[in-house]
Amino acid sequence: MYAQMVKSEATQEDPEKLTAFQARIDAGEKIEPKDWMPEGYRKTLIRQIGQHAHSEIVGQLPEGNWITRAPTLERKAILLAKVQDEAGHGLYLYCAAETLGVSRDELTEMLLDGRMKYSSIFNYPTLNWADMGAVGWLVDGAAIMNQVPLQRTSFGPYSRAMIRVCKEESFHQRQGYDAIRKMAEGTPAQKKMAQDALNRMWYPSLMMFGPSDKDSVHSEQSMRWKIKMNTNDELRQKFVDQTVPQAEFLGLTIPDPKLKWNEERGHYDFSEPDWAEFHDVIRGNGPCNTDRLAARNKAWEDGRWVRDAMLAHARKKAARKIAAE
Amino acid sequence: MTRDEALVQGLVRLGDNTLIIGHRVSEWCGHSPVLEEDIALANIALDMIGQTQLWLGLAGEIEGAGRDADTLAFHRDAWDFRNLLLCEMPNGDFGRTMMRQFLFDAWHSIYLGRLLKSSDARVAAIAEKASKEVAYHLERSADTVVALGDGTPESHDRMQAALDYLYPYVGEMFLSDEGDAVLAEAGIAPDPASLREEYDALVGRVLDKATLSVPENRYAQKGGRTGTMHTEHLGHLLAQMQWLQRAYPDATW
Repeated sequence: MYAQMVKSEATQEDPEKLTAFQARIDAGEKIEPKDWMPEGYRKTLIRQIGQHAHSEIVGQLPEGNWITRAPTLERKAILLAKVQDEAGHGLYLYCAAETLGVSRDELTEMLLDGRMKYSSIFNYPTLNWADMGAVGWLVDGAAIMNQVPLQRTSFGPYSRAMIRVCKEESFHQRQGYDAIRKMAEGTPAQKKMAQDALNRMWYPSLMMFGPSDKDSVHSEQSMRWKIKMNTNDELRQKFVDQTVPQAEFLGLTIPDPKLKWNEERGHYDFSEPDWAEFHDVIRGNGPCNTDRLAARNKAWEDGRWVRDAMLAHARKKAARKIAAE
Repeated sequence: MTRDEALVQGLVRLGDNTLIIGHRVSEWCGHSPVLEEDIALANIALDMIGQTQLWLGLAGEIEGAGRDADTLAFHRDAWDFRNLLLCEMPNGDFGRTMMRQFLFDAWHSIYLGRLLKSSDARVAAIAEKASKEVAYHLERSADTVVALGDGTPESHDRMQAALDYLYPYVGEMFLSDEGDAVLAEAGIAPDPASLREEYDALVGRVLDKATLSVPENRYAQKGGRTGTMHTEHLGHLLAQMQWLQRAYPDATW
């Protein structure tokens, strides 16, 4: 899940309009940008889609970290294509957010000065090549868990963006699994890298779904609006149930001594991640928060002259065209 | 030099150009001035890596010594690389990266255009695929050079500085040696010296639109395509690009 702890906005509007709006959502209709919508719905969506877009953009950094060190030309090409897809996802999501009346530049400024967040997972480092497999397998796997249901979300542009994003994410997940499988089946050193990657990525991946429902204050309204489709705990359980057999197939050990199949529930029992750590990361104290934001700020600042020049050239070109007519 | 030796050298030159400049472009991933540029630069790097697989793959096949594209890319030291020095020059600011790309794309598109008529069908087939990609790269890098040259006083100065810095690395593209003569004689590849006029005309048109001046000094730095003297930058690039393969030589990935 690339959007965590998105605060729902309370709405104080004409009760009749609100009832009619809710009826449209309950009937499974899509809400389109020009339709009436409660301000709370609009603001919550901007926050959620914006956070998702920022996650795609910041998410380029931990994987970009290995492009220049990829072990084969094919793996390099796969990783480049993946990071390019993520930038593309960022682009469609910013476009979806723009239909709600906020510009990409405004959203970017809010990311850069810390008013908006991105997923906690990207504040963890990628330290060995197997991390590229683990990111695809676990991080994209967790993202898909959340994004597949969001294909049915009530806001039309978001739903359509998710349909496109999910196709590519599923592909990334398979590529990630293939990369880590090669490591797990490789030399002792490669196997060690794969296990190390799983050890570091497991709990941060579980955190991607957000805090437990009993502690999640924002879920209810968002679920009524079909902006959020499942509870955090449901998705986390589904992710664990799906991932444990995959880890077993790889011969890797999930770093959770309490992990055990529960026959009665028909699900795995597992340990919760350390939520104090999660809140620290959200507050800016994760291992990479400072570097990630510094990298984005540097890119934006260093690029200012380029953006200014592109705009100046486009204006001159338009003026020359008018002058010639 | 036999025809096959000359051909392997020619293919390694092509593959090393795309590998090294592709690596440089990929360093931008996630750090560019605007999202569309992140996408475009990743796309160009991806095309370059794809072309590398084809050129080095064919080189290894003709060489017949059991080296595939990956072995050639990751298990040679700097003195065995045959890329133009221009390709290994560091990115600098975005303007310098785009200027380097333009100066390379202009040469690359002309060179590949000649390879389309290569007497070697394998070479012509790769050129066919690559030239379509490179036509797009050239259109894009030329447009960017024009926009940034013409944009603001600051961008103009940065682009002129980029051109002044990189221009000494242009001349190497047109130096010919024994291997080139063998390939030209066999109709496999053009004599590099024969491409200069077309290159100067193309580059001149674009730089003129970009309001930039071609430096008068025509001195050419050389030693990349012969491997006799690379810049200091290549060793650092290879240290990063080849570390994993060399640290774990018994691994497959």
